[in-house]
Amino acid sequence: MIRVQNITKRFGDYPALHGVDLEVQPGEFIALLGPSGSGKTTLLRIIAGLEFQDQGQVYFNDEDVSRVAVGDRRVGFVFQQYALFRHMTVAENVAFGLSVRKRKNRPAKAAIRARAEELLSLVQLEGLGKRYPGQLSGGQRQRVALARALAIEPKLLLLDEPFGALDAQVRKGLRRWLRDLHGQMGLTSIFVTHDQEEALELADRVVVMDHGRIDQIGTPEQVYMEPVTRFVSTFVGETNLLPDGRHVRPHDIALVQQGGESVLVDNVFRKGGLWRIEGVLVATGQVIEFDVDAALTPPRRGDTVEISAERWKSFPDSGT
Amino acid sequence: MTRTASTAESRIVQIGLITLALVFLGFFLVLPLIAVFGEALKQGLPLFLEALATPDALAAIQLTLLIAAIAVPLNIVFGIAASWAITKFRFPCRNLLITFIDLPFSVSPVVSGLVFVLLFGANGWFGPWLMEHGLKVIFAVPGMVLATVFITFPFVARELIPLMLEQGKDDEEAALSLGASGWQTFWHVTLPNIRWGLLYGVLLCNARAMGEFGAVSVVSGHIRGETNTMPLHVEILYNEYDFVGAFAVASLLAGLALVTLVAKTVLEWRFDIRSGAKH
Repeated sequence: MIRVQNITKRFGDYPALHGVDLEVQPGEFIALLGPSGSGKTTLLRIIAGLEFQDQGQVYFNDEDVSRVAVGDRRVGFVFQQYALFRHMTVAENVAFGLSVRKRKNRPAKAAIRARAEELLSLVQLEGLGKRYPGQLSGGQRQRVALARALAIEPKLLLLDEPFGALDAQVRKGLRRWLRDLHGQMGLTSIFVTHDQEEALELADRVVVMDHGRIDQIGTPEQVYMEPVTRFVSTFVGETNLLPDGRHVRPHDIALVQQGGESVLVDNVFRKGGLWRIEGVLVATGQVIEFDVDAALTPPRRGDTVEISAERWKSFPDSGT
Repeated sequence: MTRTASTAESRIVQIGLITLALVFLGFFLVLPLIAVFGEALKQGLPLFLEALATPDALAAIQLTLLIAAIAVPLNIVFGIAASWAITKFRFPCRNLLITFIDLPFSVSPVVSGLVFVLLFGANGWFGPWLMEHGLKVIFAVPGMVLATVFITFPFVARELIPLMLEQGKDDEEAALSLGASGWQTFWHVTLPNIRWGLLYGVLLCNARAMGEFGAVSVVSGHIRGETNTMPLHVEILYNEYDFVGAFAVASLLAGLALVTLVAKTVLEWRFDIRSGAKH
Protein backbone atom coordinates (compact mmCIF):
# COMPACT_ATOMS: atom_id res chain seq x y z
CA MET A 1 0.00 0.00 0.00
CA ILE A 2 1.21 3.48 -0.84
CA ARG A 3 0.22 6.29 1.48
CA VAL A 4 0.93 9.95 0.95
CA GLN A 5 0.21 12.23 3.86
CA ASN A 6 -0.15 15.99 3.94
CA ILE A 7 2.41 16.63 1.20
CA THR A 8 3.35 20.24 0.67
CA LYS A 9 5.84 21.45 -1.92
CA ARG A 10 6.91 24.87 -3.12
CA PHE A 11 9.23 25.78 -5.98
CA GLY A 12 10.57 29.15 -4.87
CA ASP A 13 7.49 31.32 -4.58
CA TYR A 14 5.35 28.95 -6.58
CA PRO A 15 3.26 26.59 -4.44
CA ALA A 16 3.06 23.27 -6.27
CA LEU A 17 1.21 21.13 -3.71
CA HIS A 18 -0.80 22.08 -0.63
CA GLY A 19 -1.29 19.30 1.90
CA VAL A 20 -2.11 16.40 -0.42
CA ASP A 21 -3.32 13.04 0.99
CA LEU A 22 -3.66 9.88 -1.06
CA GLU A 23 -3.87 6.14 -0.43
CA VAL A 24 -3.26 3.57 -3.13
CA GLN A 25 -4.14 -0.09 -2.57
CA PRO A 26 -1.93 -2.90 -3.91
CA GLY A 27 -2.85 -3.78 -7.48
CA GLU A 28 -4.65 -0.54 -8.17
CA PHE A 29 -4.26 1.42 -11.37
CA ILE A 30 -4.47 5.10 -10.47
CA ALA A 31 -4.64 8.14 -12.74
CA LEU A 32 -3.51 11.56 -11.56
CA LEU A 33 -5.59 13.81 -13.77
CA GLY A 34 -5.33 17.57 -14.03
CA PRO A 35 -4.36 20.49 -16.22
CA SER A 36 -0.74 21.63 -16.44
CA GLY A 37 0.28 23.35 -13.24
CA SER A 38 -2.09 21.25 -11.13
CA GLY A 39 0.80 19.55 -9.33
CA LYS A 40 0.16 16.06 -10.67
CA THR A 41 3.66 15.49 -12.01
CA THR A 42 5.22 16.93 -8.85
CA LEU A 43 3.17 14.49 -6.76
CA LEU A 44 4.30 11.58 -8.95
CA ARG A 45 7.93 12.65 -8.66
CA ILE A 46 7.65 12.96 -4.90
CA ILE A 47 6.22 9.44 -4.68
CA ALA A 48 9.16 8.27 -6.81
CA GLY A 49 11.73 10.11 -4.73
CA LEU A 50 12.90 12.26 -7.65
CA GLU A 51 11.67 15.30 -5.77
CA PHE A 52 11.41 15.82 -2.03
CA GLN A 53 8.43 17.36 -0.26
CA ASP A 54 8.78 20.34 2.06
CA GLN A 55 6.30 18.80 4.50
CA GLY A 56 4.42 15.55 4.85
CA GLN A 57 5.28 11.85 4.57
CA VAL A 58 5.34 9.11 1.98
CA TYR A 59 4.78 5.53 3.20
CA PHE A 60 5.34 2.30 1.29
CA ASN A 61 3.59 -0.44 3.32
CA ASP A 62 3.80 1.59 6.55
CA GLU A 63 7.50 2.16 6.03
CA ASP A 64 8.31 5.85 6.02
CA VAL A 65 10.29 6.47 2.82
CA SER A 66 9.98 10.26 2.96
CA ARG A 67 13.75 10.75 2.94
CA VAL A 68 14.72 7.64 1.00
CA ALA A 69 16.47 8.32 -2.32
CA VAL A 70 14.87 7.23 -5.58
CA GLY A 71 17.35 4.42 -6.16
CA ASP A 72 16.46 2.77 -2.85
CA ARG A 73 12.69 2.99 -3.25
CA ARG A 74 12.59 0.39 -6.01
CA VAL A 75 10.01 2.13 -8.11
CA GLY A 76 9.80 1.81 -11.87
CA PHE A 77 9.60 5.25 -13.42
CA VAL A 78 8.71 5.81 -17.07
CA PHE A 79 9.57 9.29 -18.25
CA GLN A 80 7.44 11.33 -20.59
CA GLN A 81 10.19 11.48 -23.22
CA TYR A 82 11.29 7.95 -22.19
CA ALA A 83 14.84 9.09 -21.33
CA LEU A 84 16.36 6.05 -23.02
CA PHE A 85 20.16 5.97 -22.99
CA ARG A 86 20.83 6.72 -26.64
CA HIS A 87 24.38 5.37 -26.73
CA MET A 88 23.28 1.95 -25.43
CA THR A 89 21.46 -0.73 -27.36
CA VAL A 90 17.90 -1.57 -26.47
CA ALA A 91 19.06 -4.68 -24.61
CA GLU A 92 21.68 -2.68 -22.68
CA ASN A 93 19.03 -0.14 -21.77
CA VAL A 94 16.76 -2.84 -20.40
CA ALA A 95 19.63 -4.52 -18.54
CA PHE A 96 20.90 -1.27 -17.02
CA GLY A 97 19.10 -1.61 -13.70
CA LEU A 98 20.60 -5.07 -13.18
CA SER A 99 24.10 -4.33 -14.42
CA VAL A 100 24.61 -1.38 -12.06
CA ARG A 101 23.84 -3.47 -8.99
CA LYS A 102 26.57 -4.01 -6.42
CA ARG A 103 28.61 -7.07 -7.18
CA LYS A 104 27.12 -9.27 -4.48
CA ASN A 105 23.55 -8.66 -5.72
CA ARG A 106 24.35 -8.61 -9.39
CA PRO A 107 23.26 -11.58 -11.48
CA ALA A 108 25.81 -13.15 -13.82
CA LYS A 109 26.23 -11.60 -17.27
CA ALA A 110 24.39 -14.42 -18.98
CA ALA A 111 21.51 -14.18 -16.51
CA ILE A 112 21.22 -10.44 -17.09
CA ARG A 113 21.18 -10.99 -20.83
CA ALA A 114 18.50 -13.65 -20.52
CA ARG A 115 16.41 -11.41 -18.29
CA ALA A 116 16.64 -8.55 -20.79
CA GLU A 117 15.51 -10.88 -23.57
CA GLU A 118 12.62 -12.05 -21.42
CA LEU A 119 11.52 -8.49 -20.71
CA LEU A 120 11.81 -7.54 -24.37
CA SER A 121 9.54 -10.38 -25.33
CA LEU A 122 7.16 -9.32 -22.56
CA VAL A 123 6.85 -5.92 -24.24
CA GLN A 124 6.71 -7.61 -27.65
CA LEU A 125 10.06 -6.35 -28.90
CA GLU A 126 11.90 -9.66 -29.16
CA GLY A 127 14.73 -9.49 -31.64
CA LEU A 128 15.18 -5.73 -31.41
CA GLY A 129 17.70 -5.89 -28.56
CA LYS A 130 20.67 -4.95 -30.75
CA ARG A 131 19.07 -1.79 -32.13
CA TYR A 132 19.66 1.66 -30.73
CA PRO A 133 16.77 3.75 -29.37
CA GLY A 134 17.19 6.18 -32.28
CA GLN A 135 16.20 3.39 -34.66
CA LEU A 136 12.86 2.69 -32.99
CA SER A 137 9.41 4.23 -33.40
CA GLY A 138 7.80 6.22 -30.60
CA GLY A 139 5.61 3.34 -29.45
CA GLN A 140 8.56 0.94 -29.43
CA ARG A 141 10.66 3.36 -27.38
CA GLN A 142 7.85 3.64 -24.91
CA ARG A 143 7.82 -0.13 -24.48
CA VAL A 144 11.60 -0.23 -24.08
CA ALA A 145 11.29 2.39 -21.33
CA LEU A 146 8.67 0.21 -19.67
CA ALA A 147 10.77 -2.95 -19.96
CA ARG A 148 13.73 -1.09 -18.48
CA ALA A 149 11.64 0.10 -15.55
CA LEU A 150 10.26 -3.41 -14.96
CA ALA A 151 13.74 -4.97 -14.94
CA ILE A 152 14.31 -3.96 -11.33
CA GLU A 153 11.07 -5.72 -10.33
CA PRO A 154 9.52 -2.60 -8.88
CA LYS A 155 6.78 -2.68 -6.27
CA LEU A 156 5.31 0.37 -7.86
CA LEU A 157 5.20 1.54 -11.46
CA LEU A 158 5.01 5.30 -12.04
CA LEU A 159 4.36 6.73 -15.48
CA ASP A 160 4.58 10.40 -16.42
CA GLU A 161 2.22 11.17 -19.33
CA PRO A 162 2.96 7.73 -20.78
CA PHE A 163 1.08 8.31 -24.02
CA GLY A 164 1.66 12.02 -24.42
CA ALA A 165 4.24 11.79 -27.20
CA LEU A 166 2.42 9.21 -29.34
CA ASP A 167 -0.05 9.60 -32.15
CA ALA A 168 -3.67 8.71 -31.58
CA GLN A 169 -3.64 5.31 -33.23
CA VAL A 170 -0.60 3.96 -31.39
CA ARG A 171 -1.85 5.49 -28.16
CA LYS A 172 -5.08 3.56 -28.21
CA GLY A 173 -3.36 0.23 -28.75
CA LEU A 174 -0.74 0.88 -26.09
CA ARG A 175 -3.33 1.92 -23.53
CA ARG A 176 -5.12 -1.37 -23.65
CA TRP A 177 -1.83 -3.25 -23.73
CA LEU A 178 -0.55 -1.39 -20.65
CA ARG A 179 -3.78 -2.09 -18.81
CA ASP A 180 -3.37 -5.83 -19.54
CA LEU A 181 0.29 -5.82 -18.53
CA HIS A 182 -0.57 -4.11 -15.26
CA GLY A 183 -3.09 -6.82 -14.44
CA GLN A 184 -0.96 -9.68 -15.65
CA MET A 185 2.09 -8.66 -13.60
CA GLY A 186 0.13 -7.73 -10.50
CA LEU A 187 1.61 -4.23 -10.46
CA THR A 188 0.50 -1.20 -8.54
CA SER A 189 0.61 1.66 -11.01
CA ILE A 190 0.15 5.41 -10.93
CA PHE A 191 0.15 7.45 -14.10
CA VAL A 192 -0.11 11.15 -14.77
CA THR A 193 -2.26 12.48 -17.57
CA HIS A 194 -4.04 15.63 -18.65
CA ASP A 195 -6.29 13.61 -20.94
CA GLN A 196 -9.54 12.85 -19.11
CA GLU A 197 -10.56 10.24 -21.66
CA GLU A 198 -7.35 8.32 -21.00
CA ALA A 199 -7.86 8.53 -17.23
CA LEU A 200 -11.47 7.37 -17.40
CA GLU A 201 -10.67 4.51 -19.75
CA LEU A 202 -7.63 3.10 -17.95
CA ALA A 203 -7.78 3.79 -14.26
CA ASP A 204 -9.43 1.94 -11.40
CA ARG A 205 -9.58 5.25 -9.60
CA VAL A 206 -9.03 8.77 -10.86
CA VAL A 207 -7.45 11.49 -8.73
CA VAL A 208 -8.53 14.86 -10.10
CA MET A 209 -6.10 17.64 -9.22
CA ASP A 210 -6.24 21.39 -9.60
CA HIS A 211 -3.90 24.11 -8.32
CA GLY A 212 -1.91 21.78 -6.08
CA ARG A 213 -4.93 20.21 -4.41
CA ILE A 214 -6.87 17.01 -4.90
CA ASP A 215 -10.46 17.90 -5.78
CA GLN A 216 -11.83 14.38 -5.98
CA ILE A 217 -10.75 10.76 -5.77
CA GLY A 218 -13.13 8.23 -7.20
CA THR A 219 -13.87 5.60 -9.77
CA PRO A 220 -14.20 6.90 -13.34
CA GLU A 221 -17.95 6.46 -12.93
CA GLN A 222 -18.06 8.52 -9.73
CA VAL A 223 -15.83 11.26 -11.08
CA TYR A 224 -17.88 11.58 -14.23
CA MET A 225 -21.38 11.16 -12.80
CA GLU A 226 -20.94 12.70 -9.37
CA PRO A 227 -18.33 15.46 -9.62
CA VAL A 228 -17.91 17.15 -6.26
CA THR A 229 -16.57 20.50 -7.44
CA ARG A 230 -17.17 22.81 -10.36
CA PHE A 231 -13.66 22.17 -11.51
CA VAL A 232 -14.14 18.40 -11.70
CA SER A 233 -17.43 18.84 -13.48
CA THR A 234 -15.92 21.04 -16.18
CA PHE A 235 -12.56 19.29 -16.49
CA VAL A 236 -13.81 15.70 -16.62
CA GLY A 237 -16.11 15.21 -19.57
CA GLU A 238 -18.03 17.94 -21.34
CA THR A 239 -20.27 20.25 -19.40
CA ASN A 240 -22.67 23.07 -20.24
CA LEU A 241 -23.03 25.86 -17.74
CA LEU A 242 -26.62 27.08 -17.66
CA PRO A 243 -27.40 30.67 -16.66
CA ASP A 244 -28.86 29.50 -13.34
CA GLY A 245 -25.52 27.83 -12.43
CA ARG A 246 -26.49 24.23 -13.19
CA HIS A 247 -23.89 21.98 -14.85
CA VAL A 248 -25.38 19.73 -17.51
CA ARG A 249 -23.70 17.08 -19.68
CA PRO A 250 -24.48 17.26 -23.43
CA HIS A 251 -26.23 13.88 -23.28
CA ASP A 252 -28.42 15.00 -20.39
CA ILE A 253 -30.14 17.66 -22.47
CA ALA A 254 -33.30 16.77 -24.37
CA LEU A 255 -35.34 18.54 -26.97
CA VAL A 256 -38.81 19.46 -25.72
CA GLN A 257 -41.88 20.82 -27.48
CA GLN A 258 -42.34 23.81 -25.19
CA GLY A 259 -41.50 25.26 -21.81
CA GLY A 260 -37.74 24.84 -22.16
CA GLU A 261 -34.92 27.25 -22.92
CA SER A 262 -34.75 28.53 -26.50
CA VAL A 263 -31.59 27.69 -28.40
CA LEU A 264 -30.54 29.03 -31.79
CA VAL A 265 -28.77 26.22 -33.63
CA ASP A 266 -25.33 27.12 -35.06
CA ASN A 267 -23.99 23.80 -36.16
CA VAL A 268 -25.08 20.18 -36.43
CA PHE A 269 -22.70 17.30 -36.99
CA ARG A 270 -22.41 13.60 -36.51
CA LYS A 271 -20.53 12.57 -33.37
CA GLY A 272 -20.23 8.83 -33.11
CA GLY A 273 -23.71 7.40 -32.76
CA LEU A 274 -25.35 10.73 -32.00
CA TRP A 275 -26.04 14.11 -33.50
CA ARG A 276 -24.10 16.87 -31.80
CA ILE A 277 -25.94 20.20 -31.81
CA GLU A 278 -24.04 23.41 -31.11
CA GLY A 279 -26.00 26.58 -30.47
CA VAL A 280 -26.49 29.61 -28.24
CA LEU A 281 -29.12 30.31 -25.63
CA VAL A 282 -31.42 32.95 -27.07
CA ALA A 283 -31.88 34.58 -23.66
CA THR A 284 -28.22 35.02 -22.70
CA GLY A 285 -26.06 34.20 -25.74
CA GLN A 286 -24.28 31.40 -23.83
CA VAL A 287 -22.89 28.55 -25.90
CA ILE A 288 -24.71 25.22 -25.50
CA GLU A 289 -23.76 21.78 -26.80
CA PHE A 290 -26.05 18.79 -26.64
CA ASP A 291 -26.69 15.43 -28.26
CA VAL A 292 -29.70 14.09 -30.10
CA ASP A 293 -30.36 10.43 -30.83
CA ALA A 294 -29.09 9.50 -34.28
CA ALA A 295 -32.43 7.88 -35.14
CA LEU A 296 -34.21 11.24 -34.85
CA THR A 297 -34.18 13.99 -37.45
CA PRO A 298 -31.91 16.65 -36.01
CA PRO A 299 -32.76 20.36 -36.12
CA ARG A 300 -31.08 22.34 -38.85
CA ARG A 301 -28.71 25.24 -38.68
CA GLY A 302 -30.66 28.45 -38.02
CA ASP A 303 -33.56 26.66 -36.32
CA THR A 304 -34.67 27.70 -32.87
CA VAL A 305 -35.41 24.76 -30.58
CA GLU A 306 -36.49 24.30 -26.99
CA ILE A 307 -34.33 22.27 -24.64
CA SER A 308 -34.54 21.04 -21.11
CA ALA A 309 -31.98 19.53 -18.76
CA GLU A 310 -32.79 16.04 -17.54
CA ARG A 311 -29.92 15.62 -15.12
CA TRP A 312 -27.67 18.24 -13.67
CA LYS A 313 -25.33 19.13 -10.85
CA SER A 314 -25.16 22.39 -9.03
CA PHE A 315 -22.36 23.54 -6.76
CA PRO A 316 -23.08 25.86 -3.89
CA ASP A 317 -19.43 26.90 -3.51
CA SER A 318 -18.52 30.15 -5.17
CA GLY A 319 -15.19 29.02 -6.62
CA THR A 320 -14.78 27.70 -10.10
CA MET B 1 21.67 25.45 -52.27
CA THR B 2 18.36 26.36 -53.84
CA ARG B 3 17.50 29.92 -54.58
CA THR B 4 14.20 30.89 -53.04
CA ALA B 5 12.37 34.05 -53.93
CA SER B 6 12.95 35.70 -50.59
CA THR B 7 16.73 35.29 -50.70
CA ALA B 8 17.29 35.80 -54.39
CA GLU B 9 19.80 38.62 -54.63
CA SER B 10 20.86 39.56 -58.08
CA ARG B 11 23.64 37.53 -59.69
CA ILE B 12 26.12 40.40 -59.43
CA VAL B 13 25.58 40.83 -55.69
CA GLN B 14 26.08 37.11 -55.16
CA ILE B 15 29.32 37.01 -57.11
CA GLY B 16 30.49 40.17 -55.38
CA LEU B 17 29.88 38.77 -51.91
CA ILE B 18 31.53 35.46 -52.67
CA THR B 19 34.57 37.16 -54.19
CA LEU B 20 34.88 39.47 -51.21
CA ALA B 21 34.77 36.56 -48.79
CA LEU B 22 37.35 34.56 -50.75
CA VAL B 23 39.73 37.51 -51.11
CA PHE B 24 39.45 38.25 -47.42
CA LEU B 25 40.05 34.63 -46.51
CA GLY B 26 42.99 34.34 -48.89
CA PHE B 27 44.63 37.52 -47.69
CA PHE B 28 44.22 37.02 -43.95
CA LEU B 29 44.40 33.25 -43.61
CA VAL B 30 45.82 31.37 -46.55
CA LEU B 31 48.59 33.81 -47.41
CA PRO B 32 50.04 33.97 -43.87
CA LEU B 33 49.87 30.20 -43.60
CA ILE B 34 51.80 29.79 -46.83
CA ALA B 35 54.26 32.43 -45.66
CA VAL B 36 54.94 30.57 -42.40
CA PHE B 37 55.70 27.28 -44.11
CA GLY B 38 57.49 29.04 -46.97
CA GLU B 39 59.84 30.94 -44.68
CA ALA B 40 60.48 27.88 -42.56
CA LEU B 41 61.48 25.79 -45.58
CA LYS B 42 63.17 28.60 -47.49
CA GLN B 43 66.65 27.24 -46.97
CA GLY B 44 65.76 23.62 -47.34
CA LEU B 45 64.44 20.82 -45.20
CA PRO B 46 67.74 19.96 -43.47
CA LEU B 47 68.06 23.45 -42.02
CA PHE B 48 64.42 23.36 -40.99
CA LEU B 49 64.90 20.12 -39.10
CA GLU B 50 68.14 21.36 -37.62
CA ALA B 51 66.39 24.46 -36.31
CA LEU B 52 63.81 22.28 -34.60
CA ALA B 53 66.47 20.04 -33.10
CA THR B 54 68.30 22.76 -31.18
CA PRO B 55 68.21 22.18 -27.41
CA ASP B 56 66.29 25.41 -26.82
CA ALA B 57 63.66 24.55 -29.39
CA LEU B 58 63.28 21.05 -27.99
CA ALA B 59 62.98 22.46 -24.47
CA ALA B 60 60.30 24.89 -25.66
CA ILE B 61 58.36 22.07 -27.33
CA GLN B 62 58.70 19.95 -24.22
CA LEU B 63 57.52 22.74 -21.92
CA THR B 64 54.55 23.52 -24.17
CA LEU B 65 53.49 19.88 -24.09
CA LEU B 66 53.97 19.74 -20.32
CA ILE B 67 51.86 22.83 -19.71
CA ALA B 68 49.11 21.56 -22.01
CA ALA B 69 49.27 18.16 -20.32
CA ILE B 70 48.56 19.80 -16.96
CA ALA B 71 46.18 22.56 -18.04
CA VAL B 72 43.91 20.50 -20.28
CA PRO B 73 43.06 17.74 -17.76
CA LEU B 74 42.47 20.36 -15.07
CA ASN B 75 40.08 22.16 -17.35
CA ILE B 76 38.30 18.93 -18.24
CA VAL B 77 37.62 18.34 -14.57
CA PHE B 78 36.69 21.93 -13.92
CA GLY B 79 34.61 22.22 -17.08
CA ILE B 80 32.57 19.10 -16.35
CA ALA B 81 32.10 20.04 -12.71
CA ALA B 82 30.98 23.58 -13.54
CA SER B 83 28.63 22.54 -16.35
CA TRP B 84 27.18 19.80 -14.19
CA ALA B 85 26.54 22.22 -11.34
CA ILE B 86 25.07 24.87 -13.62
CA THR B 87 22.82 22.61 -15.66
CA LYS B 88 21.64 20.01 -13.17
CA PHE B 89 21.06 22.15 -10.09
CA ARG B 90 19.61 25.52 -9.22
CA PHE B 91 21.52 27.45 -6.61
CA PRO B 92 22.14 31.07 -5.70
CA CYS B 93 24.96 32.75 -7.67
CA ARG B 94 24.35 30.36 -10.57
CA ASN B 95 24.28 33.18 -13.08
CA LEU B 96 27.31 34.75 -11.46
CA LEU B 97 29.23 31.53 -12.04
CA ILE B 98 28.21 31.50 -15.71
CA THR B 99 29.49 35.07 -16.05
CA PHE B 100 32.75 34.27 -14.27
CA ILE B 101 33.47 31.36 -16.56
CA ASP B 102 33.54 33.80 -19.45
CA LEU B 103 35.87 36.22 -17.70
CA PRO B 104 39.09 34.99 -19.35
CA PHE B 105 37.50 35.68 -22.73
CA SER B 106 36.81 39.29 -21.94
CA VAL B 107 40.01 40.18 -20.11
CA SER B 108 43.20 40.94 -22.03
CA PRO B 109 45.64 38.02 -21.60
CA VAL B 110 48.32 40.46 -20.47
CA VAL B 111 46.10 41.54 -17.60
CA SER B 112 45.49 37.90 -16.70
CA GLY B 113 49.24 37.38 -16.55
CA LEU B 114 49.74 40.50 -14.45
CA VAL B 115 47.13 39.30 -11.97
CA PHE B 116 49.28 36.27 -11.23
CA VAL B 117 52.36 38.44 -10.87
CA LEU B 118 50.46 40.58 -8.39
CA LEU B 119 49.38 37.50 -6.47
CA PHE B 120 52.51 35.36 -6.53
CA GLY B 121 55.32 37.73 -7.56
CA ALA B 122 58.11 38.79 -5.20
CA ASN B 123 56.08 41.81 -4.07
CA GLY B 124 52.73 40.09 -4.47
CA TRP B 125 50.24 38.99 -1.85
CA PHE B 126 51.59 35.48 -1.45
CA GLY B 127 55.12 36.34 -2.66
CA PRO B 128 56.88 36.61 0.71
CA TRP B 129 55.28 33.41 2.01
CA LEU B 130 56.27 31.53 -1.13
CA MET B 131 59.82 32.83 -0.90
CA GLU B 132 60.12 31.76 2.71
CA HIS B 133 59.20 28.26 1.67
CA GLY B 134 61.49 28.31 -1.35
CA LEU B 135 58.67 28.04 -3.85
CA LYS B 136 58.97 29.85 -7.14
CA VAL B 137 55.77 30.49 -9.07
CA ILE B 138 56.36 33.58 -11.14
CA PHE B 139 59.09 33.33 -13.79
CA ALA B 140 58.82 29.59 -13.39
CA VAL B 141 56.75 26.74 -14.74
CA PRO B 142 54.02 26.78 -12.03
CA GLY B 143 53.10 30.36 -12.91
CA MET B 144 52.92 29.51 -16.58
CA VAL B 145 50.65 26.59 -15.84
CA LEU B 146 48.42 28.81 -13.69
CA ALA B 147 48.19 31.45 -16.39
CA THR B 148 47.39 28.84 -19.02
CA VAL B 149 44.71 27.19 -16.87
CA PHE B 150 43.13 30.60 -16.33
CA ILE B 151 43.19 31.52 -20.02
CA THR B 152 41.72 28.18 -21.13
CA PHE B 153 39.12 28.12 -18.34
CA PRO B 154 36.05 28.69 -20.53
CA PHE B 155 36.68 26.32 -23.41
CA VAL B 156 35.35 23.05 -22.02
CA ALA B 157 32.58 24.56 -19.90
CA ARG B 158 31.33 26.72 -22.76
CA GLU B 159 30.91 23.67 -24.98
CA LEU B 160 29.23 21.57 -22.34
CA ILE B 161 26.76 23.99 -20.75
CA PRO B 162 24.48 24.45 -23.77
CA LEU B 163 24.71 20.75 -24.60
CA MET B 164 23.81 19.63 -21.10
CA LEU B 165 21.03 22.21 -20.82
CA GLU B 166 19.52 20.83 -24.00
CA GLN B 167 19.76 17.24 -22.78
CA GLY B 168 18.11 18.02 -19.46
CA LYS B 169 18.35 15.66 -16.52
CA ASP B 170 15.85 12.96 -17.46
CA ASP B 171 18.58 10.48 -18.39
CA GLU B 172 20.34 10.96 -15.07
CA GLU B 173 17.07 10.62 -13.16
CA ALA B 174 16.25 7.47 -15.09
CA ALA B 175 19.62 5.97 -14.18
CA LEU B 176 19.19 6.88 -10.52
CA SER B 177 15.67 5.44 -10.44
CA LEU B 178 17.13 2.17 -11.77
CA GLY B 179 19.44 2.04 -8.79
CA ALA B 180 22.66 3.43 -10.26
CA SER B 181 24.94 5.34 -7.91
CA GLY B 182 25.92 8.93 -8.65
CA TRP B 183 29.27 7.81 -10.01
CA GLN B 184 27.74 5.08 -12.19
CA THR B 185 25.22 7.60 -13.51
CA PHE B 186 27.99 10.00 -14.42
CA TRP B 187 30.20 7.36 -15.95
CA HIS B 188 27.61 5.34 -17.89
CA VAL B 189 25.05 8.00 -18.77
CA THR B 190 26.25 11.59 -18.52
CA LEU B 191 29.75 11.15 -19.91
CA PRO B 192 28.69 9.19 -23.02
CA ASN B 193 25.98 11.79 -23.65
CA ILE B 194 28.47 14.64 -23.66
CA ARG B 195 31.51 12.88 -25.11
CA TRP B 196 31.54 14.62 -28.49
CA GLY B 197 30.99 18.03 -27.00
CA LEU B 198 33.67 17.32 -24.44
CA LEU B 199 36.16 16.26 -27.09
CA TYR B 200 35.39 19.39 -29.05
CA GLY B 201 36.00 21.55 -25.98
CA VAL B 202 39.22 19.70 -25.18
CA LEU B 203 40.46 20.26 -28.70
CA LEU B 204 39.91 24.01 -28.55
CA CYS B 205 41.28 24.13 -25.02
CA ASN B 206 44.43 22.31 -26.11
CA ALA B 207 44.99 24.54 -29.12
CA ARG B 208 44.74 27.59 -26.92
CA ALA B 209 46.92 26.10 -24.16
CA MET B 210 49.72 25.45 -26.64
CA GLY B 211 49.32 28.69 -28.50
CA GLU B 212 48.82 31.16 -25.65
CA PHE B 213 51.31 34.03 -25.75
CA GLY B 214 50.26 37.08 -23.75
CA ALA B 215 49.51 35.79 -20.27
CA VAL B 216 52.27 33.21 -20.37
CA SER B 217 54.76 35.80 -21.59
CA VAL B 218 54.10 38.03 -18.57
CA VAL B 219 54.76 35.28 -16.02
CA SER B 220 57.47 33.43 -17.91
CA GLY B 221 60.64 35.47 -17.49
CA HIS B 222 61.84 34.17 -20.85
CA ILE B 223 64.65 31.99 -19.56
CA ARG B 224 65.89 30.03 -22.54
CA GLY B 225 65.63 26.30 -22.27
CA GLU B 226 63.69 26.68 -19.02
CA THR B 227 60.62 28.90 -19.19
CA ASN B 228 60.12 29.35 -22.90
CA THR B 229 57.11 27.83 -24.57
CA MET B 230 56.88 27.55 -28.33
CA PRO B 231 55.16 30.90 -28.95
CA LEU B 232 57.66 32.67 -26.68
CA HIS B 233 60.55 30.89 -28.37
CA VAL B 234 59.30 32.05 -31.77
CA GLU B 235 59.35 35.63 -30.61
CA ILE B 236 62.88 35.42 -29.22
CA LEU B 237 64.27 33.79 -32.36
CA TYR B 238 62.53 36.30 -34.55
CA ASN B 239 63.94 39.23 -32.57
CA GLU B 240 67.37 37.71 -33.07
CA TYR B 241 66.85 37.60 -36.84
CA ASP B 242 66.94 33.78 -36.80
CA PHE B 243 64.11 33.60 -39.34
CA VAL B 244 64.45 29.95 -40.23
CA GLY B 245 64.41 28.97 -36.59
CA ALA B 246 61.49 31.24 -35.78
CA PHE B 247 59.41 30.06 -38.71
CA ALA B 248 60.30 26.43 -38.14
CA VAL B 249 58.82 26.54 -34.64
CA ALA B 250 55.98 28.71 -35.89
CA SER B 251 55.20 26.14 -38.56
CA LEU B 252 54.75 23.53 -35.82
CA LEU B 253 52.16 25.79 -34.18
CA ALA B 254 50.51 26.38 -37.53
CA GLY B 255 50.49 22.62 -38.09
CA LEU B 256 48.78 22.20 -34.73
CA ALA B 257 46.18 24.73 -35.85
CA LEU B 258 45.56 22.80 -39.05
CA VAL B 259 45.22 19.49 -37.22
CA THR B 260 42.83 21.17 -34.78
CA LEU B 261 40.80 22.52 -37.67
CA VAL B 262 40.48 19.13 -39.33
CA ALA B 263 39.63 17.39 -36.05
CA LYS B 264 37.09 20.10 -35.29
CA THR B 265 35.42 19.61 -38.66
CA VAL B 266 35.29 15.87 -38.16
CA LEU B 267 33.78 16.34 -34.70
CA GLU B 268 31.19 18.79 -35.99
CA TRP B 269 30.23 16.26 -38.60
CA ARG B 270 29.92 13.51 -35.96
CA PHE B 271 27.91 15.88 -33.80
CA ASP B 272 25.39 16.41 -36.54
CA ILE B 273 25.12 12.71 -37.17
CA ARG B 274 24.43 12.13 -33.50
CA SER B 275 21.83 14.82 -33.08
CA GLY B 276 20.27 13.76 -36.35
CA ALA B 277 19.87 10.19 -35.10
CA LYS B 278 18.64 11.29 -31.70
CA HIS B 279 15.01 11.76 -32.58
